[in-house]
Amino acid sequence: MKKLVCLLVSLVLVFAMATALADITVGIVNNPPSESGYREANVKDFEAVFSAENGYEAKTFYSLKNDEQLAAAQQFITDGVDYLLISAAATTGWDQVLTSAQENGIGVFLFDRMIDCDESLYEAAVVSDMANQGVTAVDWLLSQNLPEYNVIHIQGVMGNDAQIGRTAALDEQAAAGTVHIVVQQTAEWSADTAKEIVESVINSGEPFNVIYAENDDMAKGAVQALDEHGITHGVNGDVIIMGFDTNKWALRELKAGSWNYDGQCSPFQAQVISDMIQKLEAGESLDLESKQVISVEKGFDAKTLTDEDIETYGLGE
Amino acid sequence: MKKKNGFFARNAQLIVPLLSILALIVFNLFRDPSFFSISLSVNNSGNTVLTGNLISILNGASELAVLAMGMTLVTAASGGQDISVGALAAIAGSVFVKVLRAGEITPVTVVVAFLLCCVVAMIFGVFNGTLVAVFKIQPMIATLVLYTCGRSIAYWINGGASPTVASPILTAIGSFIPGVPIPTPILIVALCGVIFALVFRFTTLRLYTQAVGINQRAARLNGINAVGIKILAFMILGICCAVSGCIAVARLGYLNHETVLLEIEMDAILAVAIGGNALGGGRFKMAGSVLGAYAIQTLTTTLYAMRVPSTAVKSYKAIVIILIVVIGSPMVKEAFGRMVGRIKAARADGKEAA
Amino acid sequence: MQNDVVLTMRGICKSFPGVRALHNVDFTLRSGEVHALMGENGAGKSTLIKVLTGVYGKDAGQIAIEGKEVAIRSPQDAQASGISTVYQEITLCPNLTVAENMFIGRDKSALVPWKEMERKAGELLRSLDIPARPKQQLSSCSLAVQQMIAIARAVDQHCKVLVLDEPTSSLDDNEVAMLFKLMRDLKSRGVGIVFVTHFLGQVYEISDRITVLRNGELVGEYKVEELPQLDLVSKMMGKELDDLSAISVSGKETGAKGETVYEAKGLSSAACPNPFDFHIAKGEVNGFTGLLGSGRSESVRAIFGADRVTGGSVTMNGQSVKVQKPIDAMRKGIAYLSEDRKDDGIIADLSVRENIILALQVMKGFGKPISQADAEAFADEYIKALEIKTASTDTPIKSLSGGNQQKVILARWLLTHPQYLILDEPTRGIDVGTKTEIQRLVLKLSSEGMSVTFISSEIEEMLRTCSRLIVMRDRHIVGELTGDALTQDNVMRTIAGGGN
Repeated sequence: MKKLVCLLVSLVLVFAMATALADITVGIVNNPPSESGYREANVKDFEAVFSAENGYEAKTFYSLKNDEQLAAAQQFITDGVDYLLISAAATTGWDQVLTSAQENGIGVFLFDRMIDCDESLYEAAVVSDMANQGVTAVDWLLSQNLPEYNVIHIQGVMGNDAQIGRTAALDEQAAAGTVHIVVQQTAEWSADTAKEIVESVINSGEPFNVIYAENDDMAKGAVQALDEHGITHGVNGDVIIMGFDTNKWALRELKAGSWNYDGQCSPFQAQVISDMIQKLEAGESLDLESKQVISVEKGFDAKTLTDEDIETYGLGE
Repeated sequence: MKKKNGFFARNAQLIVPLLSILALIVFNLFRDPSFFSISLSVNNSGNTVLTGNLISILNGASELAVLAMGMTLVTAASGGQDISVGALAAIAGSVFVKVLRAGEITPVTVVVAFLLCCVVAMIFGVFNGTLVAVFKIQPMIATLVLYTCGRSIAYWINGGASPTVASPILTAIGSFIPGVPIPTPILIVALCGVIFALVFRFTTLRLYTQAVGINQRAARLNGINAVGIKILAFMILGICCAVSGCIAVARLGYLNHETVLLEIEMDAILAVAIGGNALGGGRFKMAGSVLGAYAIQTLTTTLYAMRVPSTAVKSYKAIVIILIVVIGSPMVKEAFGRMVGRIKAARADGKEAA
Repeated sequence: MQNDVVLTMRGICKSFPGVRALHNVDFTLRSGEVHALMGENGAGKSTLIKVLTGVYGKDAGQIAIEGKEVAIRSPQDAQASGISTVYQEITLCPNLTVAENMFIGRDKSALVPWKEMERKAGELLRSLDIPARPKQQLSSCSLAVQQMIAIARAVDQHCKVLVLDEPTSSLDDNEVAMLFKLMRDLKSRGVGIVFVTHFLGQVYEISDRITVLRNGELVGEYKVEELPQLDLVSKMMGKELDDLSAISVSGKETGAKGETVYEAKGLSSAACPNPFDFHIAKGEVNGFTGLLGSGRSESVRAIFGADRVTGGSVTMNGQSVKVQKPIDAMRKGIAYLSEDRKDDGIIADLSVRENIILALQVMKGFGKPISQADAEAFADEYIKALEIKTASTDTPIKSLSGGNQQKVILARWLLTHPQYLILDEPTRGIDVGTKTEIQRLVLKLSSEGMSVTFISSEIEEMLRTCSRLIVMRDRHIVGELTGDALTQDNVMRTIAGGGN
């Protein structure tokens, strides 16, 4: 429906202005889809929203390297795009490019990742709040009212935004004494390593009843270790399994009752940005409370998850 | 004049990896006497299986052990290392998943998928080998190409991140065959070891590889096709990559091309070095590299069991590895040899005096 | 032209661990002369050059330029003292222009006066008659012109002494002529030129004086017209002609006894570009002789297919065969013991046993390994037969002495039971006892019907074993000696090219 509206709006614009430049051109600078399942969904989302039928002409550039991204953004400015949408590989070094965009009257939107620069250089930044994802997950855990919480905490690559945010909420509860962390170890997003970590806890004989893995892959590895050692898990099992990133395959594990919780990290920022662009094009102001627009992100409970949720929010296939 | 060297002299190379494993074992027993206890338990598929840290170590090191075997051969023949093994394993795993997802998973399709991913990995191996042997590019530089783009190729093959496959056959390969209490990857490593032993027994691969690695010009003048031997070594390493890629896929029933066997090339090279094999090529003992792989895994498991903080785990690993490598270095070996000589001489003096 | 002394080296000594490379060597160079420095390999020529140009420090002795003693501790010192060197391999930058190559890196200033540089380069090229333009990229010039540009660069650095180390080894006749023209030109400008070469003809064409070294000692300094080519060869080899003739050839039975085993027509290889004909009969022992670099090794390597074969036809026992690479030759019953034992012979880290069976194993094929027991038996057999001194068959060959290593390699080839065995310098660098053992072995093998080609730097050895000697000079076969003509005197005359 929204798409149809967009289409109509753009068609109206085309006829009203009767110029050849009716399409809104956007330059999208992102990381390559092969980076992760998250990025794949992110890239697909932007390509779907900023499409020709929605009245956009999108130029895209994908790289993991900041300097290549900077060069591409500069090229987009030279090409005279109307808006520049950026998910930066690194948070620094962007001031000059963003200033140049501003001088050329190009609106800049950041998505997924913040950039270290003055707020005035961009219209808005649509990002996830990793800390909030952690809080949502830990709140859900505490709402399970277990007699005690013995948690195996499997971390992502240390220092990564997602790791810091998702670790913080659990650390806070551990400090407060509400949960006991049996082991806290990094598996660097890898399922294999997560499996080895959980195995070492099982072999040590120390009891645990929660696995808090900072992404779906590591949760999968952890579950594999439980299965090989005959420990039950999931909705009616002994161990609660928590993951993040809402891959479709992970949500299916939830649906099957094998896992308990999966926290969303939304890659769907395109529609929010598109809406804001349409506002600007119509001459309205954005009226944002803060330039940092936080994506709405959910936590899914195996007991309430629906097939529709899997289709809507699941990443990959 | 025809005195035979004893078993220990011939296998002196294995002392360092064996000692490092032994030291880790003693350390662990001291720390937790039940560390190496093995028990029988019933897993969630209803199989009675062996569990315990020892099993975890042997199981977890499987991919590394297979890669270390192939890496030994490449190191011996070319005097350099292949840093693309992780990426190539990801490609092979990706091919495996692609074929399995094409239809129903039956024993036949699994075999076909495995053979196909072996072929693909061999082709990439020949590519690496040709760069090294024919174009005489430094192995590390030659394999940098695949190291850089391999995981993107793995992504491209399946056209999506982390595709999943599920089948009891894969579970049998990746974890346990019903009725067999030992994890299948351990059996696969043993099978690979046996295959290599047979190849060395029934072909001249070992002699040729060593000859080419030590003195390529002389090898050529003795009629050995040095270029062919080097390419063959890379091809065999390709098959090893395919095997470990398939184990990794079967273990978890999915493939994440970005994290699967990440940075395993460094561990594989390290295993070869800990095994006492010269990284400059020449003589080699594959058993040394396999022991090296188990030593690395024992270390990893030990660190997890010790609950070392996440931020410090790499530093701990580095310290122990530096120790092992220094103990295995020629300088220390020489000094040790001198010490043994002095002790023997002193003992002989003592006997004479008596 | 008789001029002032520009360079004197007095009492130069230089030792390396275990080797006395130079002992009390004098060398005098006058301005405006071309002075050839001659000697067999290992005589000390290159060590002397490297001491002069500051690559090596000297242990004792003095170097003086125009009468003033100078201390040369590095190549930079040598350059500052007016000594320039042009090495065999060109050490310029192929992707820079001619002018840049001539001037770059010569002064410390960061600013490069490009125009000035090109003008000067043009002048210098014209004055030396070098066919190159300043703006031309160096790699587009022929090797000879590149060589000349390197010389021009050296000369322009106000050099008094120019050292040319084997400058002609990769040039053809026309290019050599061009280079000699340039050398004469420089000579007339008063530059003293030290000329190192192994081409005898070129020495007589261009040099004024010759200094001969042997075994790290000075033999003498001679004017060219006072030293006939034959005398030069005998001085290089350290044999007086009369002495040489006096040695009688020991009775030997290594003449052709039967049909031709191997015959090549017009054979050539990448390393041996001049086609040659060669044949050997059953039970015959023959040899290639000539100075080092005369092409004797390259010829036998072509027979074995060790270098890329570029032409020619080969018949063995009357049948036409193709020998493109070593394995082809091995399958046809040819064995080749290479000249360079360390780089082309031994597999240093492998055991004596593995080194012995290697060639036989390769001939058997990849899928047919020799069993441990058989290998052990073969190794024991040859260790006994050749009296190889080794702790065990498991001992790495690198821990054996040179002579024993050589015997292991010999065993390797004998084990293949070849009908034709090529031995390239089998006696070099090994003790006298082993040398005679090897010679005796060659005679024994030939009496058993094996054909052997034997190469040695020591002519006596060849005279003692060979019934026919093929003499090479400057990569061509220049003579063949058999029967009564086989005397040291004749051999040296043929090598020198003087004739009778």
